[in-house]
Amino acid sequence: MANIGVLIESGEEGIKETNFGIITAARRQPGGVLFAFLLTGDASAAKAALETYGVQKIVTVMTAAPDFGLRPESQAAALAAAVKHFEIKGLLGLASPRGRDTLARVAALLDAPLVQDCMNVNLEDGTVVKSHFSGRTTATLRLKGTPLLCSLRPNSVEPVPAPATATVEKFQPPSAGSGRILVKEVKKSGGGAMDLAEANIIITGGRAIGASENYKMLRECAEVLGAAVGASRAAVDAGYAPHGMQVGQTGKTVSPKLYIACGVSGAVQHFAGMKTSKVIVAINSDKDAPIFGKSNYGIIGDLFEVVPVLTDVLRKQRQQG
Amino acid sequence: MRIYVCVKHVPDTAAKITVVDGNGFAETCKFIVNPYDEYAVEEAVRLAQKTGSGEVVIVTVGKEAAMASMRAALAQGAQRGILVKTDSQFLDSRTTSLALKKAIERDGAPDLVLTGKQSVDCEGMQTLYRLAQALGLPVVSDVVKLTLDGGSAVVEREIEGGSREVVEVGLPCVIGATRGLNEPHYPKLPEILQAKKKEIKVIPIGELDLNAEEVCTEILALEATPERGQALILEGSTREKVEQLVSLLVEKENVL
Repeated sequence: MANIGVLIESGEEGIKETNFGIITAARRQPGGVLFAFLLTGDASAAKAALETYGVQKIVTVMTAAPDFGLRPESQAAALAAAVKHFEIKGLLGLASPRGRDTLARVAALLDAPLVQDCMNVNLEDGTVVKSHFSGRTTATLRLKGTPLLCSLRPNSVEPVPAPATATVEKFQPPSAGSGRILVKEVKKSGGGAMDLAEANIIITGGRAIGASENYKMLRECAEVLGAAVGASRAAVDAGYAPHGMQVGQTGKTVSPKLYIACGVSGAVQHFAGMKTSKVIVAINSDKDAPIFGKSNYGIIGDLFEVVPVLTDVLRKQRQQG
Repeated sequence: MRIYVCVKHVPDTAAKITVVDGNGFAETCKFIVNPYDEYAVEEAVRLAQKTGSGEVVIVTVGKEAAMASMRAALAQGAQRGILVKTDSQFLDSRTTSLALKKAIERDGAPDLVLTGKQSVDCEGMQTLYRLAQALGLPVVSDVVKLTLDGGSAVVEREIEGGSREVVEVGLPCVIGATRGLNEPHYPKLPEILQAKKKEIKVIPIGELDLNAEEVCTEILALEATPERGQALILEGSTREKVEQLVSLLVEKENVL
């Protein structure tokens, strides 16, 4: 009968879709109450969606400080206080930049076990599965003691609805301090593009893209697919794409349902960042490119020829519904 | 100004990992300085040079073999090193952070602590947070730009979608470096030779009086991640290949 909590993340358009997979994972332990904790965003607006996935208590955690949203340390302290107050035995969140940061702060404050970027979690025996050595091995770890904390890779657990009725309340800790860190400003990336780590579908351009303006072709295809656009390290190093778009060892680790690699050779470092994708499609003019040895489907051909046809076929398919 | 840089000795990101005994790996593969820690070392060395009187101290928790990575960091320009010697490559983040804390506090008071945002072997992404908590310092990770300004630092950290958050943090603090912070330079031969003469103090972990048995995570099993096989190569004209692909993605894979 353990209470389980999920740290809910919101974006500009309300709560993120990727939360629902995390809630689904949290629901696997029957018996306790399923909490959703919100540090930002509008709890009443999120109520219906959270209820659809089985949340029973929605708690907005905050202090009276006007700059609470800009104070990562106060947010973590307030969340840690909520975990104690509601006797939470397991706290899950998204392995996103914000989720990882907040959970690591809470784990340090509570001296609690934490595993980041998990592919799966079993709350009943306190075990998780995650990648080690950049995806070359898979580790099963046990978290000892409670509360146990775990961030899950976006899209790693398929969301399944399980309607429930939720109450909404506010939790204001007695003291959370203001901390020594203040967020001054957010510099938006020019693209306003979908975040790679959270995308269901990703289309990536490698060195063969040849120039930064050629990403336009991938963006057109991405628009039809509802996909995010990524780049390989070789393309980033060549100056064709910013580092924020990089998938791989020193870039983003992604786990989409569909990963389409265009003109990517398939270096170990690239696979480290995308090998947990459900389906990998490779488009490359070199029939001996290593990527064909580790993908589901391959098209041998020039990406400048194949991608426009792909965009066209997808557009027609979408129109037919 | 004294900067401590926490560095981990890890298997090369391109090395083949062979699982041994179900929860360990063959440590005969090539090892390197954890790539994210390399950015931390470079940044520390540059900052120390800028202030003129700075000292950069490398702190590592690891086996004797980790000396190789410490020498590499010393060749990059750090002045000396402290190795907390252990018998195991895998320590949990609580133990590692306590060992780092004790080693740093025994040595002196940090003006700044730098490290990588994560190790590329265990990918724990939390040791720096626990270290900061133990030292009573604030921590900011995923840092791509660091500017010291009197009693505080202004840093830029990478967040979603390639955006950056500009954060002000009081000094001293712990900073987690990521790619983009700088371009680490390749040490020249004289630097490599000099590094061999630099001091590395070795402290057996047992001397630090940690409650090391109180681990918070343990590895139950480690296995090679199964590789996807050879791709199904689609045949025909470009349009035929693409049409086959789309129908496979829709009907067989259910991902479109």
